[in-house]
Amino acid sequence: MGSKPLTADRKRQKLTPAQYASIARSDQFRKLIRAKKTFLIPFTIFFLCFYFALPILTSYTNILNHPFYGSITWAWIFAFLQFVMTWALCMIYYKKAAKFDKISDQIIAEKVR
Amino acid sequence: MDTAAFIMFLAIVALTLVITYWASKKNKSASEFYTAGGGLTGWQNGMAIAGDYMSAASFLGIAGSIALAGFDGFFYSIGFLVAYLVVLFLVAEPLRNLGKYTFADMIAVRFKAAKIRGFAAFNTMVISIFYMIAQLVGAGALIKLLLGIDFATSVIIVGILMTVYVTFGGMHATSWVQIIKAVLLMGGTLLISILVLHKFNWSVIGMFDQVKEATPLQEKFLNPGVRYKDGLDTLSLTMGLVLGTAGLPHILIRFFTVRNAKIARSSVVYATWIIGLFYVMTIFLGFGAAAFVGNGDITAADQAGNMAAPLLAQALGGNMLFAFVSAVAFATILAVVAGLVLTAAAAFSHDFYNQILRKGKATEKQQVNMARCASIGISVISIILALFAQNLNVAFLVSLAFAVAASANLPVILYTIFWRRFNTNGAIWAMVVGLIASVGLVIVSPNVFHPEAGKAIFVGQPWFPLTTPGIVSIPLGFIAGFIGTMLSRKKGKADHQVEFDEILVRSNTGMGNTVM
Repeated sequence: MGSKPLTADRKRQKLTPAQYASIARSDQFRKLIRAKKTFLIPFTIFFLCFYFALPILTSYTNILNHPFYGSITWAWIFAFLQFVMTWALCMIYYKKAAKFDKISDQIIAEKVR
Repeated sequence: MDTAAFIMFLAIVALTLVITYWASKKNKSASEFYTAGGGLTGWQNGMAIAGDYMSAASFLGIAGSIALAGFDGFFYSIGFLVAYLVVLFLVAEPLRNLGKYTFADMIAVRFKAAKIRGFAAFNTMVISIFYMIAQLVGAGALIKLLLGIDFATSVIIVGILMTVYVTFGGMHATSWVQIIKAVLLMGGTLLISILVLHKFNWSVIGMFDQVKEATPLQEKFLNPGVRYKDGLDTLSLTMGLVLGTAGLPHILIRFFTVRNAKIARSSVVYATWIIGLFYVMTIFLGFGAAAFVGNGDITAADQAGNMAAPLLAQALGGNMLFAFVSAVAFATILAVVAGLVLTAAAAFSHDFYNQILRKGKATEKQQVNMARCASIGISVISIILALFAQNLNVAFLVSLAFAVAASANLPVILYTIFWRRFNTNGAIWAMVVGLIASVGLVIVSPNVFHPEAGKAIFVGQPWFPLTTPGIVSIPLGFIAGFIGTMLSRKKGKADHQVEFDEILVRSNTGMGNTVM
């Protein structure tokens, strides 16, 4: 998970508000924001629902009290799935973010000279 | 006093002081002091985040809660972990891209008014000090139990150590104390988990069967509902846990110790794996303690169950393992309080002193000196408050810090990054209402007013029925930010506000950040 400081020096430059505005309106930047939104909004809604489903189900129903295998109940399985979900989304985001980085590097390379 | 435990405590103290001595030579500039020059690798910072986050409340408190209450004790573990998705998806990278040393820096990039930075720094100090009082009270009680040193002396010892680390070693020492603590904590927990599994003949299914027989709760131990009977209260707690982490200033400051947003991201990924593995292992600690120490002995040592993990170590590996686990718990406390002192000191010296009072013109030397003085001041205040708070419930103080972080910090962070219309007025409303709502609701909650004498600070009927304020105060923080923004829209951007386009570009690409 290393990282190269490819555009470090260029990034350091201060831009004017007008330059920022023109980058914000550029196609590349819009593509970046769109790609991020398409990923982040549904995944954030999903993990919040998945997370709050556990306390809601344990507080207002008994369905998780049924045995899954031996003495292990569904509540423990659902709880463990929260961990699996967190790790999985973590890695999916990590993969996805590499693509965001590519677009963002292009924007920096094009717009900051 | 146990000799082996005493020697291991001394070894931890010696090791951390050596690190501090080594680090003290590096703290020439403000950037070195606050963020270790931004030079940590993803792996190092991931370990440091884990070391900063996994407090004694996690290690001792959750192990004890699971041992005594079964499934309900595990709720904290889940919330503490899933919270990292909020951090990873929404907060870590924009924060790194916009900020420099503190959480207030990030808000101040968009809103130039001094009062905005002032409120953000004030909230940082309030949250960090609440959290620190909880850690210090826990530390005092723990050392008293482990070594037989009285509460006040224990708190003062921990207080002096944390002051020394931060004052002399700054972020370099703090980070490395946290990294070493993370290694020790993971190692100790893994060792106990393996021993527990061995005792259960390597069968997780057998473990569930045996624990059910061993606890007085029987069936109920494996089902939810032993501790959290009120649905709203449970939701309020879980909401505070999952949203609070992304607003905790001592976690946020850890994203400035790496060079850029990419490394901030990879450090959260490492931290999420480490923290997740740790919280999975809390099951083995709790189940092991329930089966091999037993309910009676756990509550006899400490009513709240905080001694479950050390007692389990003693049952499994005798005095040596007991001493080791106790020393690990001690290291855990030291690493967390050091991070808190540094965070609160940075809010004072960077935000109040340098940015507001000196308009950003203080020299590097003046900044570092002020940061050192602030560290000492913050430590002294926290130690004094902790001495008075001896009888307060530690878990309640921690949940309060999480609730304030989620209510007062998270709304302003998310609005600043994502909402184009958000303005200065909205930011102030969000921070002030979030803080007052969360602290105020706790003051009128059953934690402070309880009909039975001895259950809370005052005897009386609580006005607010829930033990944690999150479910009311977090939405209030968001609503206040919205209303505050809408009420002042006509004034336009008269009040020193940067165009949202700039924030959007900078937070998403890292352009224009002065610290690389």
